Amino acid sequence: MTLAAAQVYGLILAGGSSSRMQRDKAALEYRGQAQLDRVFDLVALHVPRVFVSVREDQTRDPTRARRPLIVDSAVLAQDAAAAGATGGPIIGIRSALGAFPDVAWLVVACDLPFLSATALNQLLTQRDPGRLATAFLSTHDGLPEPLCAVWEPAAAPALAEHQRAGRNCPRKFLINHPVKLLEPEDRRALDNINTPAEYAAALGALQGIDPGPGAPPMQLSIQYFALLREQAGRSHETLETAAATPADLYAELQHRYGFTLPREQLKVAVNSDFADWSRRLVAGDSIVFIPPVAGG
Amino acid sequence: MRFRFAETAIDTSAARREVLDSGAGGYVSFEGWVRDHNEGREVTRLEYEAFQALAVKEGDRIVAEALARFPIKHALCIHRVGSLDLTAMAVWVGVSAAHRGEAFAACRFIIDEVKHRLPIWKKEHYRSGDSGWVNCEHCAAAPGHTDHTHHTHHTDHA
Repeated sequence: MTLAAAQVYGLILAGGSSSRMQRDKAALEYRGQAQLDRVFDLVALHVPRVFVSVREDQTRDPTRARRPLIVDSAVLAQDAAAAGATGGPIIGIRSALGAFPDVAWLVVACDLPFLSATALNQLLTQRDPGRLATAFLSTHDGLPEPLCAVWEPAAAPALAEHQRAGRNCPRKFLINHPVKLLEPEDRRALDNINTPAEYAAALGALQGIDPGPGAPPMQLSIQYFALLREQAGRSHETLETAAATPADLYAELQHRYGFTLPREQLKVAVNSDFADWSRRLVAGDSIVFIPPVAGG
Repeated sequence: MRFRFAETAIDTSAARREVLDSGAGGYVSFEGWVRDHNEGREVTRLEYEAFQALAVKEGDRIVAEALARFPIKHALCIHRVGSLDLTAMAVWVGVSAAHRGEAFAACRFIIDEVKHRLPIWKKEHYRSGDSGWVNCEHCAAAPGHTDHTHHTHHTDHA
């Protein structure tokens, strides 16, 4: 028997102390938008309700107060403290699971300036509701990433147990429990920032990119053959685009280069294999539009 | 590797040796040649261009399909890229089998699928001095494996 998967809400973690950054990470701005707002708006495109997870003493903070909040449960925090666990993100996740016991949570840390629709789509479409959580493997150390993950209702008692044993680390929880782990398609999406130097580097990397929440731009490489090569005046290029699919990308390039072939006469390949026109493109994809062939 | 590209003239005697088999009683090969006319225009040479990364994968799949579909021993296809003069060989297919019927059928299957599926393009250069990419829509339609009378190509397998 298969139970229906729980509905998913979003939870943006913004309760951290930002001690290494020496200023509130949630309020850091990228292109005039607070980091918390950017992540909140992006998650809101994927799930029906989104909340910001905060500590009791943060509820009046102006960056957070204009969003729906889930405040860390004082009871849970006291229980955890009594067992020697100091709280942290697990308290926020447990508080959300307690507030809506039938809901699964797309939990996302607010300090992910490169978070993308690609990453959230992958997490939600490849989610396994039969496990306690679905999470990405870190591209840096290969371990699970707890702070961009779907946490299922069934994780609540196991998380309580984890903290009763004095454990605080959500990553160790994922390592030691039955969870689904994914290789991220967007390998940069979970790069977080903790220091002023990392913030400066992220600002630089996002320079010249327009981070609209629904369509984070990405870099693609494109190869041109035959008539398209001649009309584009080049055999390959890399470009930044907000095109979500090969169909969108062809429309964009047709406008730029005046391609005469209608899309209906073409096929498309992504990463050297035939692909659907509606496939979701991800950063780093290599695209070839295939004019009518004439081998033999 | 059951499909490959050649940058220079295809060595058919070497290719033929690759499909030899002591259990084969028959061998069928097909050669596609550059022809001097197409759709009423005088052609002087052809330029072939391919998206090789995908074409090699898809070509291997075609030959694998032939091996699964017909009781044959070996099959190989080699396609040219670059500039080809009249009478030059553009494509070669070789098939060995216990009996001739399967060898003929598999050879026909491979060349038809290759023409239809591989990302290969050709540009015709005309006697009049201009040129054009061959965009023949009936090639992009699914090939029937029985009726090919509608094909009008440069090479002699039309």
